[in-house]
Amino acid sequence: MATEILMPALSPTMEEGTLAKWLKKEGDAVKSGDIIAEIETDKATMEFEAVDEGILGKILVSEGSQGVKVNTPIAVLVEEGESADDVKAASTPAQAQAPSTAEGPNEQGQPGKSAVEQVKTPEPDRSPDWPEGTRMKTMTVREALREAMAEEMERDETVFLMGEEVGEYQGAYKISQGLLDKFGPRRVVDTPISEIGFAGIGTGAALGGLRPIVEFMTFNFAMQAMDHIINSAAKTLYMSGGQMGCPIVFRGPNGAAARVAAQHSQDYAAWYASVPGLKVVMPYSAADAKGLMKQAIRDPNPVIFLENEILYGRSFEVPDLEDFTIPFGKARIARTGKDVTIISFGIGMSHALEAADKLAGDGIEAEVIDLRTLRPIDYGTIIGSVKKTNRCVTVEEGFPVGSIGNHLSAYIMENAFDYLDAPVINCTGKDVPMPYAANLEKHALITVPEVVEAVKKVTYR
Amino acid sequence: MARKPAPAAEAQSPDTLSNVSRDELLQYYRDMLLIRRFEEKAGQLYGMGLIGGFCHLYIGQEAVVVGLEAATKEGDKRITSYRDHGHMLACGMSARGVMAELTGREGGYSKGKGGSMHMFSREKHFYGGHGIVAAQVPLGAGLAFADKYLGNDNVTFAYFGDGAANQGQVYETYNMAVLWELPVIFVIENNQYAMGTSVKRSTKSTTLFGRGEAFGIPGEQVDGMDVLAVKAAGEKAVAHCRAGKGPYILEVMTYRYRGHSMSDPAKYRTREEVQKMRDERDAIEHVRELLLQGSHASEDDLKAIDKDIKDIVNDSAEFAKESPEPALEELWTDIYAEDLPQGSAEEVA
Repeated sequence: MATEILMPALSPTMEEGTLAKWLKKEGDAVKSGDIIAEIETDKATMEFEAVDEGILGKILVSEGSQGVKVNTPIAVLVEEGESADDVKAASTPAQAQAPSTAEGPNEQGQPGKSAVEQVKTPEPDRSPDWPEGTRMKTMTVREALREAMAEEMERDETVFLMGEEVGEYQGAYKISQGLLDKFGPRRVVDTPISEIGFAGIGTGAALGGLRPIVEFMTFNFAMQAMDHIINSAAKTLYMSGGQMGCPIVFRGPNGAAARVAAQHSQDYAAWYASVPGLKVVMPYSAADAKGLMKQAIRDPNPVIFLENEILYGRSFEVPDLEDFTIPFGKARIARTGKDVTIISFGIGMSHALEAADKLAGDGIEAEVIDLRTLRPIDYGTIIGSVKKTNRCVTVEEGFPVGSIGNHLSAYIMENAFDYLDAPVINCTGKDVPMPYAANLEKHALITVPEVVEAVKKVTYR
Repeated sequence: MARKPAPAAEAQSPDTLSNVSRDELLQYYRDMLLIRRFEEKAGQLYGMGLIGGFCHLYIGQEAVVVGLEAATKEGDKRITSYRDHGHMLACGMSARGVMAELTGREGGYSKGKGGSMHMFSREKHFYGGHGIVAAQVPLGAGLAFADKYLGNDNVTFAYFGDGAANQGQVYETYNMAVLWELPVIFVIENNQYAMGTSVKRSTKSTTLFGRGEAFGIPGEQVDGMDVLAVKAAGEKAVAHCRAGKGPYILEVMTYRYRGHSMSDPAKYRTREEVQKMRDERDAIEHVRELLLQGSHASEDDLKAIDKDIKDIVNDSAEFAKESPEPALEELWTDIYAEDLPQGSAEEVA
């Protein structure tokens, strides 16, 4: 049967091309794999191979022709004894039915998910994190994290911890102290210094049915492993049409410690929070560290768990319960107030709370919200509070450009614009690499006086 | 496709030949032909604009996956790069599902959300389909880590190319895989070109499996145009892994006839070089000759297989054209899993 040879698309962006040269003449026999023509695309000159066998019956587009649209018939391939004119009688040209890609998803209506449609902010969950009257115990953030991991490892045989110095050394920051003795080397796995390697192996183990906890000695080193965190862990569920879940926790200290300079002092909260497919947790208190870590290990998705070295040693009240978790996407109102909303997370909370104390002395009652998780974010609690106080200041340690505060400002502007009595102010770290000198480092970080000043500005005091 | 008898047929060692039955030979012929015809059709659909983006064809390398799949058992896992269509067909994934993913349709393995480079099948233990060069190497070792942890005797095949062999994460993975004695076979599909850069222009250390020696990983070079040699090497490697001796490296010497991707003008090698491989070393022709010379099959038998394969491929192309585009709601699904994936506590207990 005579078949038409169509102008091929030879690159992802090609719409038309030049038929530079015919390498076969009319009447030549052609077999599959033979190069029949050279075609210039938008990128390069390409060789065009025959797919079918036959005789080149007729050339329809002569060499040198420019601007030949993809899928234009350029020649007719016939079988022995056939004439090129037979093609007319044969099937009509196979007009490629390439799907139209012009229509964006939003034109067909994804309620609340387009750029212009108003997203309805969900109602916040304001239930208590644990029952009233629960007995409390005092513990450090470090102990809370350790206890959370140990409880989950006991509960689920597939949970294991891997990372540098997590076993025999007892943890570079002692988070995993004692876990090797308790669970043995099968489940507390010391790795060599190979971040991309063990992040990839951990991700593969999660795809293969385990629940790894991968410790980065600090999140600065996770930049070596970024490809596996983002491309392998966060995106695989989507790319597999929902087949390949990746239940893994990447955890470790994040943000500035003290006097370790630029390469060891960075807050990655906004980086990770920008990636769909990840969940991002950044606790402040020991109770949250424990409840959220247990939740993270049970979550069927990749979770980034951002700890803080300075907070490890701080003590908090933790509910003395056999088992408790804190759901993701539920902020904590750490202090109620009516004059201004201060939103923070992680170590930023210590600045926010200290500022609120000082402001109370000046007669300003600040409501302080601890986001606890940055993906998902509890927008309901934020909007509810801003509608009450009409003013908002955000506090975080990270860089100012593309910060969590920037995102919250935009969200508040879109969803509570009429309630605002002042522009939202973002208090962040300075737009500089972290310096080593003590005085410079202090100024590079967010400070309590800056938060106080920002609140006075939005309250016009 | 080559029409000349492959000299490799004469060079076939009696050892490997005596280890194979007529039915096995016919199966390899069939499996390799399916990949080739499928890929030719994919190239055609790409030319028609029905397949978009990047599309990397496996034509020429068929014997590698077909030979190694012949050495697997149920439960073994495989993971590879973006040149993945052949691996999927060889492990039993449906031609329809793969082709419909290439056209970005609902009937594809990833519901049209992954495309040529990102396809998976839990059922067939195929873990992708990875677009970042060498990322699949530690992921594959991680799959093997999970099997060892769970105490079964499954083996993982982690396929990567000569290009990926120059990525640092491969060596981090070698180091940990042997340290922890993971049951993983590192399969280097050495098709001699990393996109447009030949092995010789990439490294002074061109014997790629030999790099495993530095870590204490045994390995060997295999003729990847000879499906029986690949199978024999695969069986050896599998036995090593199943015996708990840790990883093994197979450097399978192969050749891709087409460009790196559909948009590769392939100016880095001569047309003659490609033609010579096709004429003299084609893996499918090799098996065809074995079948005919040994009177294991007649021309008519092979023609019947050719027709079967053509029907399967045409059916997959029709399916891939007719399957609808994914519903727009699919944009918002599969970002987060709600449920526990397979393999959590209950499976261990």
